[in-house]
Amino acid sequence: MLDADDIARGVQTLADGIRERTGGKPLALVGIRSRGDEVAERVLNLLAADGDRDLSFGVLDISLYRDDFEHLRENPAIQETDIPFPVDGAHIILVDDVLFTGRTIRAALDAISDYGRPAKVELAVLIDRGHREMPVQPDYVGITLPTRRLDHVHVSLERCDGRDEVRIDSKEPA
Amino acid sequence: MPRKDLLDIEALDRSEIEHLLDQSAPFKELFTRSVKKVPALKGKSVLMLFYEPSTRTHSSFEVAAKRLSADVTNFDVGHSSIAKGESVRETIETLQAMRTDYVIVRHMASGMPGTIARLTRASVVNAGDGAHAHPTQGLLDAFTLREKFPQTDGRRVLIVGDILHSRVARSTSLALRKLGVEVAYLGPGSLVPARLPDGVRRFTSYDEAMGWRPEVIYLLRVQMERQEAQYFPSLREYHRLYGVTEERLRILHDQGIYIMHPGPVNRGVELCDAVMDYEFSLINDQVENGIAVRMAVLYWLKPGGA
Repeated sequence: MLDADDIARGVQTLADGIRERTGGKPLALVGIRSRGDEVAERVLNLLAADGDRDLSFGVLDISLYRDDFEHLRENPAIQETDIPFPVDGAHIILVDDVLFTGRTIRAALDAISDYGRPAKVELAVLIDRGHREMPVQPDYVGITLPTRRLDHVHVSLERCDGRDEVRIDSKEPA
Repeated sequence: MPRKDLLDIEALDRSEIEHLLDQSAPFKELFTRSVKKVPALKGKSVLMLFYEPSTRTHSSFEVAAKRLSADVTNFDVGHSSIAKGESVRETIETLQAMRTDYVIVRHMASGMPGTIARLTRASVVNAGDGAHAHPTQGLLDAFTLREKFPQTDGRRVLIVGDILHSRVARSTSLALRKLGVEVAYLGPGSLVPARLPDGVRRFTSYDEAMGWRPEVIYLLRVQMERQEAQYFPSLREYHRLYGVTEERLRILHDQGIYIMHPGPVNRGVELCDAVMDYEFSLINDQVENGIAVRMAVLYWLKPGGA
């Protein structure tokens, strides 16, 4: 279980890492719906306080790029995607709340490339819980959280869920 | 919950209609990208089974399916064994063997898409059957209205023309009524049904209808064969009584009234030429929205029942 302070520190760690490696250069943060956009917004606010560069912001819904339609009873409800800056030549940092199998990121890379050809794409995640099924590694990690494969990691964030916390539901016998 | 088939608007409740309209908006947004395609239905097959000629609806469904990355096969009447007398049953067995995932059906007989839906595992979308239903037209019209009036309850739409034989009038009225829109009909006495659907009112003259203060006027296409069958005296007479003439268009403009039409327009009959440049025409929006709504429908349906 993580609380609001842990989450705030994780967001700060992300902003510090991004600042250190990309300081001063124009950046576009793209949050993956839903909750990745809220993490991205918080990181953006910290970076914007430096006032030293152009920052763009977008949100991406990856429902139409998922690879698991066959297994779903119902196709996921689509939310709006909003990429208000030119993707061609941009330095994009994809932001998500939890990195697990890597399939969401695979889908997000496909989606973003349908908007143009970025100069560079990096990945920032608030929580890395391990258990990758795709060759995807984050460039920036807020919190590394050891979990078991079948655990459920529930992230709640203020705007989406009314409070900041992370809960792990254990599905395997201890 | 998703359904296997979309056969008519009647089967849908308000929340399902609203869900489909909500889901159409993100599809429409894709059209502004240079890559208009998404991989959602990659590897799925869509069969276009059109027993009746259609250019607009056919191409709209085809574009929708292709923008979802599905493979589209045409089973056109004129070019296939359907013309050689193959029965519907045989056609269904063929498409079953082809492992088709979605079938888009247009047929002159009311109820035929429903029959096909019962006989196949594929999802069936009714693209117009007889005078019965044209559900995706109803949905795209509702979507187009809702873009202008996000709050649909109590809005007023006047539908003008051959209500009696029109599956568009039927499906569009149903969709609008389910969204709380007030609907009225205006048309030649011989072309408006004697029994009106629940809550729909009827006017006999253009002036009377305008007194009701509609916010949208929806013109139905005049089917020329109806005139030959003498449902109304002449096209010129029709235009004078029920058409949007230049004089009427000026009044509509002053009042900011929107115009809709399922296309293609018989110019000089339902609408005067000037309507092509009319500020409050939603006719092109309907075409664009049709693709988005059909994408949302295909994405929502789940093949595999039956």
